[in-house]
Amino acid sequence: MATSAVSKGCFVFKPKLKKRKISVPIEEYFNKEKNESEDSKLRFETYHLTWKQMKSETEQLQEELNKNLFNNLIEFLQKSHSGFQRNSKDWACQIKLKEIPTAALVLGVNVTDHDLIFRRLTEALQNTITPYVISLQAKDCPDMKHFLQKLISQLIDCSVDTKPKEKEDVQVTQKKTHCSMDSLSSWYMTVTQKTDQKMPSKTRTSQWQSPPVVLILKDMESFTTKVLQDFITIASQHLHEFPLILVFGIATSPIIIHRLLPHAVSSLLCIELFQSLSCKEHLTTVLDKLLLTTQFPFKISEKVLQVLTNIFLYHDFSIQNFVKGLQLSLLEHFYSQPLSVLCCSLPEAKRRINLLSVNQCENIRRLPSFRRYVEKQASEKQVALLTNDRFLKEETQSLLEDLHVYHVNYFLVLRCLHNFTSSLPRYPLGRQIRELYCTCLEKNIWDSEEYASALQLLRMLAKDELMSILQKCFQAFDSSSENQFGSTRKRIEEFLAQFQSLGDAKEEEDASGSQPKELPKTDLYHLQKSLLEMKESRRSSKKQTKFEVLREKVVNFIDSLVREYLLPPETQPLHEVVYFSAAHTLREHLNAAPRIALHTALNNPYYYLKNEALNSEEGCIPNIAPDICIAYKLHLECSRLINLVDWSEAFATVVTAAENMDANSAASEELNEIIHARFIRAVSELELLGFIKPTKRKTDHVARLTWGGC
Amino acid sequence: MSKLELKEDKMLEVQFVGDDDVLNHILDREGGTKLKKERAQLLVNPQKIIKKQEYGVEEGDQEVLKDQNYVKVLGQNVQESLKNGTATDGGNKVYSFQNRKYPEKMAKLASELAKTPRKNVSFSLKNDPEIKSISQSSKGHSASDKVQPKNNKNELQSTPPRSLRKRLIVPSSHSDSESEYSASNSEEDEEVAQESEKDTNASVLSQKTQAASRILVPTCRGTPSKRMRREDSSNLVEEYFEAHSSSQVLTSDRTLEKLKRAALDQQTLRNLLSKVSPSFSAELTRLNEQHEKLFHKWMLQLHLGFNIVLYGLGSKRDLLERFRTTMLQDSVHVVINGFFPGISVKSILNSITEEVLDHVGTFRSVLDQLDWIINRFKEVWDHAKQSLYNWLWYETTTYSPYTEETSYENSLLITQSGSLPLSALTHVLRSLTPNARGIFKLLMKHQLENQEDPSYPGLSFQDFYQQCREAFLVNSDLTLRAQMTEFRDHRLIRTKKGPDGVEHLLIPVDSQTLTNFLEEEEEATVTA
Repeated sequence: MATSAVSKGCFVFKPKLKKRKISVPIEEYFNKEKNESEDSKLRFETYHLTWKQMKSETEQLQEELNKNLFNNLIEFLQKSHSGFQRNSKDWACQIKLKEIPTAALVLGVNVTDHDLIFRRLTEALQNTITPYVISLQAKDCPDMKHFLQKLISQLIDCSVDTKPKEKEDVQVTQKKTHCSMDSLSSWYMTVTQKTDQKMPSKTRTSQWQSPPVVLILKDMESFTTKVLQDFITIASQHLHEFPLILVFGIATSPIIIHRLLPHAVSSLLCIELFQSLSCKEHLTTVLDKLLLTTQFPFKISEKVLQVLTNIFLYHDFSIQNFVKGLQLSLLEHFYSQPLSVLCCSLPEAKRRINLLSVNQCENIRRLPSFRRYVEKQASEKQVALLTNDRFLKEETQSLLEDLHVYHVNYFLVLRCLHNFTSSLPRYPLGRQIRELYCTCLEKNIWDSEEYASALQLLRMLAKDELMSILQKCFQAFDSSSENQFGSTRKRIEEFLAQFQSLGDAKEEEDASGSQPKELPKTDLYHLQKSLLEMKESRRSSKKQTKFEVLREKVVNFIDSLVREYLLPPETQPLHEVVYFSAAHTLREHLNAAPRIALHTALNNPYYYLKNEALNSEEGCIPNIAPDICIAYKLHLECSRLINLVDWSEAFATVVTAAENMDANSAASEELNEIIHARFIRAVSELELLGFIKPTKRKTDHVARLTWGGC
Repeated sequence: MSKLELKEDKMLEVQFVGDDDVLNHILDREGGTKLKKERAQLLVNPQKIIKKQEYGVEEGDQEVLKDQNYVKVLGQNVQESLKNGTATDGGNKVYSFQNRKYPEKMAKLASELAKTPRKNVSFSLKNDPEIKSISQSSKGHSASDKVQPKNNKNELQSTPPRSLRKRLIVPSSHSDSESEYSASNSEEDEEVAQESEKDTNASVLSQKTQAASRILVPTCRGTPSKRMRREDSSNLVEEYFEAHSSSQVLTSDRTLEKLKRAALDQQTLRNLLSKVSPSFSAELTRLNEQHEKLFHKWMLQLHLGFNIVLYGLGSKRDLLERFRTTMLQDSVHVVINGFFPGISVKSILNSITEEVLDHVGTFRSVLDQLDWIINRFKEVWDHAKQSLYNWLWYETTTYSPYTEETSYENSLLITQSGSLPLSALTHVLRSLTPNARGIFKLLMKHQLENQEDPSYPGLSFQDFYQQCREAFLVNSDLTLRAQMTEFRDHRLIRTKKGPDGVEHLLIPVDSQTLTNFLEEEEEATVTA
């Protein structure tokens, strides 16, 4: 094999120059091996386009979400630096000058997303405040020396960006400079003076005669305390000549600052806290923009959504990974479903339907949802659909249109329902819209108990709550451009008006009936009696007030909306075209369980090998199983230490029995040797896999490294 | 005396219970089991009192109960969280604790496996005279099965313990199996009792828990119920600590030396293995073909910014090699063998910079090198892509032997035979100067003199230098240091800083090999 050698473990392969042709376009790989799939090129292009759109959408979203945070941060930096600018002799200012202005950014535990935020932050700061923005990571700074080295080299890089001419010069000096705070401040002096001379009143630096140096510590928790403390102490001493501003990236909680830094050091900082949007809210907005919209034709099924959100909630809280998961499902969808070629904007899809090949038409006919649809049609139409391609195409067009309309309605009603249920006590249908969406995707939501209880709770809402919810729904319907919901909107408007008038009427009613009837002075017995009577009368006069009647109407109205529009997607013909439902593949690829795979392979080789001879009841394996399985099974019977001799003999017993069934032929020496060699191989493989390790506690013993597994 | 009592009681308790009865028991008669449990607890007491009078028995009991409650809660949590995970078969089996094993188990299992005919285990069992031994060893299984926490009834019913299943299979031999069970139980208990008598060194606590757990085990077997399951989970913890508390491990004392064929080197091993025809080759090729069908998809995903991880049992080298040769011929690629013993970040980066990017020169540090590579690739890769590993997991279980992967390892049996390091030693030392050889031999002798001392830290550098000087092997500190560097490069010596900051030198080879080597050397010099 070309990649095995005794001397090295790293091999480089380059394509031969003469063979180097135009590299295979990626689309080629989109074909499956058999080359039978249809429109693969078109599908790949569609995938590419959709993904690009989705990606830019998420990026835009990210930017919007960060904007607020960044603006606050920039404001703080400007404010804190102005003190340095004024250079006043004021006593308070002098005290303040000893304190390094510090922004603590609490970003949450989704560390993988932080990089993006910091990159954007750096850009934003460079554009607005100062060219000198440096970011350091804990792994770069094991001690003070490296810390300063990194700092200086990055700073010089920053200034190089502004003056590319001096690059060579600086590169040389960089290595020679002795890295210290003194050299830093002198460097700063020269740089600022130069810029002052060069551009007296131009560009952004003009606002700042001496632009501050912003140092971003990306992962504050992982810095060693000593480095941080030393740096802060030294920097605060030099603050008057080297205007430093710190930005801490914090993943856990702000308390960590005080835990890392003793009071003497933290008193040198002037800390202000900034909180980023929580990642859950972020997820909600991402879902809102990517999935709960008709902008992108691609949809995912309930299971897939569940897998993705579970990975998000239970594993990493990372939006980026979530979006990557979405990308993978998009790719899988376009790769595996030939009809996904129709998963694009409606007009384009209609155009493509006309160009569909015969095979693709067959594919449509094979779709389960389409077959269900055909079965419901009249017999002449059935025949036409199954035999006439042209008729089929026309029908498909109208079905796709229906699907589009279905989605438009679906999301509007979903949002409307969410408005109603999100404020209910104990959230029977979930607090987030994604939970509601999941339930709706899964089944008829009105069959669920939660829905019933939610309706019950809705029937107890107070007037002002109900009105504010209706108002929200009205806005939602109002903002949608589609006019299918004109009547619905009108209904809501009417309801609102009725509530309004009800309010006025009620006030009058209240005014008239508000005078409490004065109870005549009585004894206890009479009081009791009269109270009982009052109770009776109230119970008997169960007549609903006007408000209650109206409320009932509203709830029924919502219920009818839900029943009409929130049908699960499986009921729609051609839903396979836009819904990706292979949740298991997604889970396999994103959230694999290698240990279980290993365990299964060792314990139940039949699962993989599918040889009937290996099929056996659970818990035991036949003696003809692969060597490693037998060795593994035997080793499970041992406690912490395993005697190799015993093991090898047990192994030999099993294997000989498997080899010669009659068992009476005298085992030759060679056979024994071979069996021993097989045993050695199995043991070394188990060692490689990490089940056992050599031990010195007893001669010829190995130690088990795993527990259980019997 | 107490032992006798114990046995009798258990004989009474462990009896055959039909499945219907078990069900009834679970559903209705919880009270009865409670009673039994109390009896079991009572049984523990006399033993404890006999053994350790100074212990407050009542207090101990209460604590045990509290622990059980706690453990119950813990166990439930574990179970629930597991249900969220992938429910492939044996999911919870992977994560259970180890239970106590008895010494002869492996041999028993081996004989069982050996005697198991190829097919249809359950059918042949009926008439098999070996039924006794099988049911005996299967009892071990049942114990281990039970140890796993089982919380809901459904689960219990769907996966009945093995002993129950066995009984389902052989309904005709009720009475047989019953007597067999009790007999084997008492046997086992005798054995256990003997063990615990021998185990005077074991700590008090472990003895106590041992006793408790052992008495509770049989009751569990007879009557599985909620209450008993609580005991199970406590057993599980107790047995875990039991397995770890006693320093003594009961294994046989046989060593490989008695086996003549223990010594094998890499080459003979390979020769021998090549004679074996691999089993299930048809199935293996089928598996491999399935994996190979994915090559196109991998390429696609690699192009789109994902990375791929392959997992599963079996060597993936052949598969990857095929992938490399079929799909990657037109692109620059690097293969890194992670199992290669000398692999380091540095060597990987070096091969990238020197061979891929044709860079000549050195770097100050690994980080610098990395920065340089990133800069070079900036045109090629999008920054966001390169900072992320979008792992996609693919299961590719191949069952291929890890031939190449294990050949670098100093595998267990091969090291112990000592032949490989010995040949390596001779090989390296042949290529050295006589002086260097002398230096090494000096160190070797010193180490052999001190082989009895387990805390021997190694020869300190100063002493070593002194000795070398006296033997006229070196003339200065520097020469010796240079020599040391060479040894270190060949992995012949290891240096360790002692508590006083002095360097100590050690040869990381066992004394047996060293002695062999010295003998060989002397023979060689004599013949020469």
